Amino acid sequence: MAYDKFNILNSTAVPINIDNIDTDQIIPARFLKATERKGFGENLFRDWRYNSDDSKIVSFPLNNTKYSGKILIAGKNFGCGSSREHAVWAIYDYGFRAVVSSFFADIFKNNCLNIGVLPVQISDSFLKEIFSEIENNNNSKFEINLEKQELKIISSGSSENFNISQYKKSNLSNGYDDIDYLVNKKHIIKNFIGKSKY
Amino acid sequence: MAKTLFDKVWDSHVIEKINDGPDVLLIDRHFIHEVTSPVAFVGLKKRGLKVMYPDKTFATADHNTPTIDQHLPIKDKLSAIQVDTLEKNCKEHGIDFWGLGHSKNGIVHVIGPENGITQPGLTIVCGDSHTSTHGAFGAIAFGIGTSEVEMVLACQSIMQQKPKSMRITIDGVLNKNVTPKDVAIYIISKLSSSGATGYFVEYSGQVFREMSMEGRMTVCNLSIEMGARGGMIAPDQKTFDYIKGREFAPEKEKWNDAIEYWSSLQTDNDAVFDKEYKFNANEIEPMITYGTNPGMAIPISESIPFSNLDPNSSYQKALNYMEFKEGEKMIGKKIDYVFLGSCTNGRIEDFRSFASIIKGKRKSDNVDAWLVPGSHKVLNSIKEEGILDILLDSGFKLREPGCSACLAMNDDKIPKGKYAVSTTNRNFEGRQGPGARTLLASPLVAAASAITGKITDPREIT
Ligand code: SF4
Repeated sequence: MAYDKFNILNSTAVPINIDNIDTDQIIPARFLKATERKGFGENLFRDWRYNSDDSKIVSFPLNNTKYSGKILIAGKNFGCGSSREHAVWAIYDYGFRAVVSSFFADIFKNNCLNIGVLPVQISDSFLKEIFSEIENNNNSKFEINLEKQELKIISSGSSENFNISQYKKSNLSNGYDDIDYLVNKKHIIKNFIGKSKY
Repeated sequence: MAKTLFDKVWDSHVIEKINDGPDVLLIDRHFIHEVTSPVAFVGLKKRGLKVMYPDKTFATADHNTPTIDQHLPIKDKLSAIQVDTLEKNCKEHGIDFWGLGHSKNGIVHVIGPENGITQPGLTIVCGDSHTSTHGAFGAIAFGIGTSEVEMVLACQSIMQQKPKSMRITIDGVLNKNVTPKDVAIYIISKLSSSGATGYFVEYSGQVFREMSMEGRMTVCNLSIEMGARGGMIAPDQKTFDYIKGREFAPEKEKWNDAIEYWSSLQTDNDAVFDKEYKFNANEIEPMITYGTNPGMAIPISESIPFSNLDPNSSYQKALNYMEFKEGEKMIGKKIDYVFLGSCTNGRIEDFRSFASIIKGKRKSDNVDAWLVPGSHKVLNSIKEEGILDILLDSGFKLREPGCSACLAMNDDKIPKGKYAVSTTNRNFEGRQGPGARTLLASPLVAAASAITGKITDPREIT
């Protein structure tokens, strides 16, 4: 089994209301020197979380004790830029299991799904509603139901559906990944390569 | 049914279509480097798998390697471990490894084409988003994450949803001193940094037909900066001439077969794209960025646009980071660094352009200039063509190949608060070093600015 199963997530959320957050912000390149997938959470949003003397920037949401939870809420076009999967590893290692935004960059979204972090894409207006919900009550809880493909603000009952392919959905709920799928197809792949031009 | 160039290449590589899921896509060529591959090899080991087709994967060390004294052991311990790990992994699995000092070493997207590995009609992937570069040859090439690197190593295929199609057509003739970099930045400024997310782009029209292969690579390279998965240009005689005779190019009868196949890789006349954009060549000027994503760009002679956005907007946040104000002119702003290099503009043509401007002039004393060739082959051409002499005579120095300050993983970091005119691809906060401020531009703008110490329009340099 490749990663934790994902079914229903019930949690408070951490809001970062900034658009176009690129993967260089999520994890700067100088922290990509590991040869194993360990300890990336420490450097999640490194340069927004810490000053150059390593003191904390208290205003940044990850340092604000008001906010906690397994859901990260971010402005639109989240995860653009570099293809580094380290960005998702850092998000996962920090403790997030789902990322919510009104728009995700392609490679980032794939990377999330490949390690079992659920990217939840919702409308701009619902995203706004969620940001203001957290602003009014930082302990507000959210429910992400993969089976129903639904994100709900528990206190108000307000909810929205999100898209995910059936294939990815069943992967996530079973904790399987693409390689688990492909290794069973090796003979077909071999045949195909035998017949291909290259 | 009429097909686009993209459809033709994609469809011929689909091994299986999954209902309400991705396609299983055959991958022809795979590039790996020291930063995004180690965890993939750990994954293989955990699953007890071997690399399925080691001869379809090529490895280089480029992302965190030093650009001076490459003959010495790498000083940074973690970087050294990463490069060693790659070498060991390659040995264990029988993959070609072109490490530091190897005659074919260089930035992954520079060495693929220059060794003839990159060819029309192929599917090419690499754990680096600028893999889109290889699309210049009419290949489908895109960046992937490390889980997908593992997937390709294990099964020579990848699971991907077929992206939507977009065509960008630019006809007419480019103005003097307008380079492929300016064309790409212009497009991104029009579409925004997310305007092509979910799409695969085909570039067509006179401008791209007349563009050199190096120029086409620059344009396709930057496709990702508007969110596109990749970009491609239909192969033509220029493409074939570029590939012919290179080490991994098809030979003898195979060459003729290849040409016949490659010539069929054109979008059918009545093919329909999900989205189309058209621009005129004569509207494009030398461009420069002023913000913290590549879409925040203007013609170099213009002023930073006014926005009606509130002070907490991402736009204002970007200007605060750059310490720029709305309405300010870009021309004449003092700069501290110039960086020529990267897979965007680190090829021989870029060094020729740079040299054409600085020839017979002196580098400004206020500017630190880092000139980093994209590969050893580029480095050799710089020497052979006499460009090195021109650079040295004007007070510039040349470094050894690598990604360098494009992502600032090694020691080549622009210091906090400093301004760098950079020929790279990303002006994100801290991309070129914590607190560094990047101004993306062409090699011509970089050269002109290196001479004056200020942002300078290359058309003003005589
Ligand atoms: S030069 Fe920059 S963009 Fe190109 S491969 Fe290296 S790090 Fe990636």
